[in-house]
Amino acid sequence: MAAQQPGMNRFYLLLGAVAVLGVGVLVYMATGRGAVSIPVNVVVTDADTAGFRGYIIGSPDAPVEITEYADYQCPSCQMFATIQFPDVKARLIETGRVRWRYRDFPLDFPSSRLAMHAAACADDQGRFLDYHERIYAGFNEWNRGGAAGAFRRFAEASGMDIGAYDDCMSSTRHAGRIQASLNEGARIGVGSTPTFLVGGRLYPGVLSYDQIRRLVDSLAPVTPAP
Amino acid sequence: MGIALLALVGLFVAMYLWLFKIGVVGTMSCGTGGCEAVQLSPESVFMGIEVALIGVVGYLVLLAVAVWGTMPAQAAQVAPALALMVLSGGAVAFTAYLKYLEFVVIGALCQWCVASAVIIVAIFLLSVADWRRSRAAMA
Repeated sequence: MAAQQPGMNRFYLLLGAVAVLGVGVLVYMATGRGAVSIPVNVVVTDADTAGFRGYIIGSPDAPVEITEYADYQCPSCQMFATIQFPDVKARLIETGRVRWRYRDFPLDFPSSRLAMHAAACADDQGRFLDYHERIYAGFNEWNRGGAAGAFRRFAEASGMDIGAYDDCMSSTRHAGRIQASLNEGARIGVGSTPTFLVGGRLYPGVLSYDQIRRLVDSLAPVTPAP
Repeated sequence: MGIALLALVGLFVAMYLWLFKIGVVGTMSCGTGGCEAVQLSPESVFMGIEVALIGVVGYLVLLAVAVWGTMPAQAAQVAPALALMVLSGGAVAFTAYLKYLEFVVIGALCQWCVASAVIIVAIFLLSVADWRRSRAAMA
């Protein structure tokens, strides 16, 4: 294994060159296309809040509005989204009784804001609801790592314009909007996810479909047909 | 020397996979199309530790031992070559298990994982040759 000194110097030089090259390639890979991190604590501008008060699902004329503050990487939110929300959507939203307002409330999970930003980019292409449901349904595909790649794959699979998606993600243009949503939730008393705002009251924790239906019934009773 | 260079290249391959796993690298460069399927599968975690991270640590250890073996003081010693042979032998066995998971259980091909497998087999073969050479020199 030993070698003469000049040979050793050449060897260490070669090792150093390979190390520098490798680090360079890794940095390029990490900062190149598709590598995105969404900044936190950004300055919220008027443009971040003007005209956007969360994602609306359902009829604007529905008698009851429910606002959900959630985080895509929060397991309880994922449970609500995949177990309870399909019933809420089918029986209360699609029947015109409830207007659902989904608001981002990023906690400290590593990919929370990335998921929210990806959903915002999907919304830019008019694909929020499909994409939102895909993020929650595919929770186990990205929760433990590789989130940016998974979100891009979801976007590709759903037929979104992937160039526009990439541009949107790398611009991080919705970071302020996500921060504004967090600030607003915190201001009214939201401290955990999911939290629901129904009829001026906050309900922290997962609500079942039956609990939500009872709340909706109490706020807007169904009048029997004459 | 060849072993150290191979270990360094393997280290970067493992680091690339690990950086993807922890979300630093957004999308993988993958001609075979199966890299993300492999990296996002439940099999990408072994006993609670990401396989890619095990690779990073493993290649770091191999690199350190290989560089140690090139020191003039180790010139007449068989220990570095023996250590490399044992370590890389274990790594080859683990890699064989991972290849089984990749091809049979997951059913996808990750070119970076294959590259790592080729590197570790090459390191093992070189270390066996090195060990035999060291023993002959000692005799």
